[in-house]
Order: sequence, then structure tokens, then C-alpha cells
Amino acid sequence: MDLHIDGVTLVYPDGEQTLTAVDDVTLHVPSGETTALLGPSGSGKSSLLAVAGGLTRPTSGTVTFGDGEPVFTPTTPPDDATRVRLTRIGFVFQQPQLVPSLTALEQLELLSHLRGRKPAERRARALELLDAVGLAPWAHKRPGTLSGGQRQRVAIARALVGEPDVLLVDEPTSALDHERGTEIIELVTSLAREQDAAMLLVTHDESTLGSVHRLVHLRDGRLV
Amino acid sequence: MFVALRDLRFARGRFVLMATVIVLITYLVVFLASLTEGLADESTSGVTGLPADQLAFTVPDDAEPAGPGGGPTFTGSQVTQDQWEAWAQVDGVADAQPLGIAQTRATSPATTAAVTAFGLAPSSGLLPVPDDGADAVDVAPGTTLLSSGAADDLGAEAGDVVRIGDLDLTVTTVLDVDASYAHTPVLWTSLEDWQSLGAHLAPDAAPTTVATVVALTTDLDDDALAAADTDIGTQTESRHAAKSAISSYSSEHGSLLLMEVFLVGISALVVGAFFTVWTISRSGDIAVLKALGASTRYLMRDAIGQALVILAIGVGLGTFLAAGTAALLSSVAPTVVNASTVLLPAAVLVVLGVAGAWLAVLQITRVDPHAALAAR
Repeated sequence: MDLHIDGVTLVYPDGEQTLTAVDDVTLHVPSGETTALLGPSGSGKSSLLAVAGGLTRPTSGTVTFGDGEPVFTPTTPPDDATRVRLTRIGFVFQQPQLVPSLTALEQLELLSHLRGRKPAERRARALELLDAVGLAPWAHKRPGTLSGGQRQRVAIARALVGEPDVLLVDEPTSALDHERGTEIIELVTSLAREQDAAMLLVTHDESTLGSVHRLVHLRDGRLV
Repeated sequence: MFVALRDLRFARGRFVLMATVIVLITYLVVFLASLTEGLADESTSGVTGLPADQLAFTVPDDAEPAGPGGGPTFTGSQVTQDQWEAWAQVDGVADAQPLGIAQTRATSPATTAAVTAFGLAPSSGLLPVPDDGADAVDVAPGTTLLSSGAADDLGAEAGDVVRIGDLDLTVTTVLDVDASYAHTPVLWTSLEDWQSLGAHLAPDAAPTTVATVVALTTDLDDDALAAADTDIGTQTESRHAAKSAISSYSSEHGSLLLMEVFLVGISALVVGAFFTVWTISRSGDIAVLKALGASTRYLMRDAIGQALVILAIGVGLGTFLAAGTAALLSSVAPTVVNASTVLLPAAVLVVLGVAGAWLAVLQITRVDPHAALAAR
């Protein structure tokens, strides 16, 4: 399902003044394709990702999946945004952000559990995805015993476990070397394509982006 | 409870430590409740076991010490013949019997012990019915009946002579009943003998003083009792409320209850403090879970469920150990093991513990899922 960001502006209070983090951005990411969002630190990449993922309400503008009604607007209630994130969005964060007490398998099962899937069904899906990211042998390991690259692979599998319409990925290679960073980007883009998810990838490292379909640049909150 | 149960397994050391603290506090609370009930029985069973509905006291203007809220006390009460007879004539009073109560010392052939003498009129019907179903007995002048506690303390049995003050009283029966007053066992004498002990008479007592209180068998309502009290110059208390007229009972019971309340409060605070720190330490995980789509309600339920598991284990184990200890010690210490001393405090600990945990995990509502985007 396509991701439409239409005229999104995000203004933060900044002391007694305000800061415009995202300024009237309109962006379309077709389903099955990956758009990489590039820009220097402070350019508004993560803020735009937060709006696209319903973590922050836009000051103005809308986010729409496919041809339906906007899912995020300046007035979307937090509970509605939470429901959309659970059922239609997959997130991969800068750091893997895995829950320390859960094994790799349980990290994935948790998402299915939140969606109300039956235990057998969620286990089968989790194992399938861990296999897809090459971590089936580590399914019962906790994050503390996995390498940085392995943890990020678990995070990618977790993002895809609910078969999301939209995949939002925030600088997933920042803690990895170039080779492993490129592998991770290739893995996530290929999996997103297989699942026909629209993927918005935030990064500042253009050298790892051989597998993405489109690059857009953001500076001072505006597309350039 | 998906995350909660796995957190319990993962951070086992922290949770075992917390559960141990709850076990210890529960042990103290339940054992104290058992002891409080036992001590209360030792202090009041002679009064609460009376086969009467109400007790009529007198409250002199300068009565010292006053009971709770300025109420009557057994030590300050002295009823006269006129007051006794007046109560006997009140419509709705089936029976009115004078009852003398005096703490004293008794000497048997074996030893000397502190006892409380209850003085009864002939055929008063105020003697307790023996637990063993033996026939009802009466007490005559020159004789005394011993409760099982008094018989044990004096080493006396039927046929022995017990000396109280200047009186030599022959033990006719040892009643198989638990009757105590202010931690001393009860023995029963005739009212005539009790009066001759002189213990009840204050220097300025009216010459017609006959006993400490009048025991009433009646179904009069509070208004009718109050009206009769006004006419007769007494103050009536129910048999149960009359416990508070035993001076030592009120202060002792109040102190023990205060300790229990403090312990329960401390327990709730400890649980709340633990879950406050725990929630703060995992606020990053909570932000991630919220970002992934976990609702605040789900996360709250998960955290409260976790608290409930720890409380159930801690309180359950602590209650079991305390009840076991109290039962083992019941022959050498005044402990009582029943639902009100075991299950009630345990339930209060769980409820207040959950309340403490709930206040602590309310922080979950304030965690912003946006924080998940920040690198950790």
C-alpha cells in the first residue's frame, strides 16, 4: 500500500519560540519500493519519520496509506495512532531496541501477541522470519548474547512480522561498519519488496544505498 | 503478561529480593494479627463470654481513668441496689443481674496467682455454659468455681480451698471454659462473698453499692436503652462494646493495631517504591513497546499483573509461615489462627500492594513513544 505524506509541517515549542522541524513536506512512497530520506543531522529526517509513523501528530498536513482516509492528522487521538502502528506499520530504529528479557523468537512473537494471534500461528510466523534474516539458529538467544548485526536483523524481522503496509526505518546502520551496513540495507529492502510494503528509510550514509529505488534530500525541514 | 512473566524470569534476582521483603513483612503482619487477637481474648473473654446482651455501667463525673471517648470503665463503675432493681423493672428487659468484677490474688494449697473474681447473685444465669456440655452449675456462698485458666494457674481442683483476702472458698467445680479478664483468669464467687472482699468499694461509694455493672438480657433498641439510662443514671454498652471498658485492653489493642497499620502501610510503600524504580529503569523499553503498537492499557495491565504475581508469592509464603508459627506456638503464646487473623491481613496486604504498584506504574501513561527514536 502506498504511503502519502501530504503537506506535513511539524512545529515544536523551543523555549519561548518555536522550531519548524518539518516544513510543508509532500512525499509519495509506492508500495514495494524504498525511498531513502537523506540529509544532515537536524534536517528533520527523524521528525518526518515520527509523523509518518504516528509517533508525533503533525502541526498540519496528513499521512495516508493507499487510497483510504488519512491515518494521521493534527487531531488523531493517541489510541487511534497506537492501533495504526500496531496493525499497519513496521518500525526499525537506529538501535535495535530489543526487550532485554525476550529471546529473538519472543521479540517477534510479542508483536503477534499484541495483535491477538494464536500462539502456534505466531511462533510459525516468527520462525519463518528469523529464518529469512538468517537467525533461525539464534532464535532462543536473548539480545545480550547476540552481535550488533544480529540484533539489527532481529529488529528487521520484528518490523515485518505483522506484514505491515508501511515500513519506517531510522538509520539502521549507524552502529554497524560499512559492509554489514550495506548487508542490512539490502536485506530490509528486499524483504520490504517481497512483502509489498512501502518503505521510508532515513539515513545519512549514501554509500550503503545501492538497493533503494529513490533518494530524496531534506534540509532545514524542506525537501530539496 | 507476555513481557511481565519473562521479565520475572530474566530479572530473577531483583524480584526474589522484592518477594523476600514482602514475605518478611507479611510474616510480621500476620503473626502480629494472630497475637493481637490472642491477647484480646486473654483480656476480654470473661466479658465477651457473658450470657448477656447489654451491660449497664455507672460513670461518675470524676471517673478516672475514663474509657475511650470518655466512655465507662469497669474500674470506675459501681451500681447500686436501686439501679439494679430499676433495670429489672424496665419493660423489655427479660433479666437484670448484678455482676461484680474485681482483680485480686488467690492462694491455693499449691501456689498464689493473680485472678479476677466475678461476683454473681444466686441463679443469675451469668455463668458460662461449659464447652464440654456439662450441666449448668451455680455458685453458692463459701464456694468458688474456677475457669480452666484459674485452675491451671492455682494448681487447684474441685475440693481444694482457695483463699482470697480473708475468705476461704471451696472449689466446687472447674469449668472447662476460657474466661479471662485483663490477662488474668476468672473465678466465680457469690455476690455476697465478692462484696465482702471490699475490692469494689471506693472510699466515697454509696452505701447501697452492690456490684460493678448490671448484666441485661434484653432486646430493647438503642433509643429505649438510652431513655432508661437517663432515668436510672447508668450508661449501657453492648457486651461486645464493653471490651473497651477494660482499661488495659483499649491501650494494648490500640497499640498493636497501630503497629499492624504501619506495617501494612510500609509494605504498600515498599512495593510502590520498587515498582517506581523498576518502571523508570525500563521506560526505554516501554517507549519502544508503545512505538510498536502496545497500548498504554495493555502495558499497565502487564505491569500490574507482574506486581500481583510477586505479591501473591510473597504474601502467600509469608502468610503460610506466620500461620504455621502461630499455630505451633498456640500452646505457649496467646496466638489465634483463623480467617480474621490470617486471610484478612493477607488480603489487605495484597490490595494495598497492588494499589502501591498501580500508583507506581502510572508513569507508563507518561512515557512518550517518540522516545523510541532516540538512540540508546
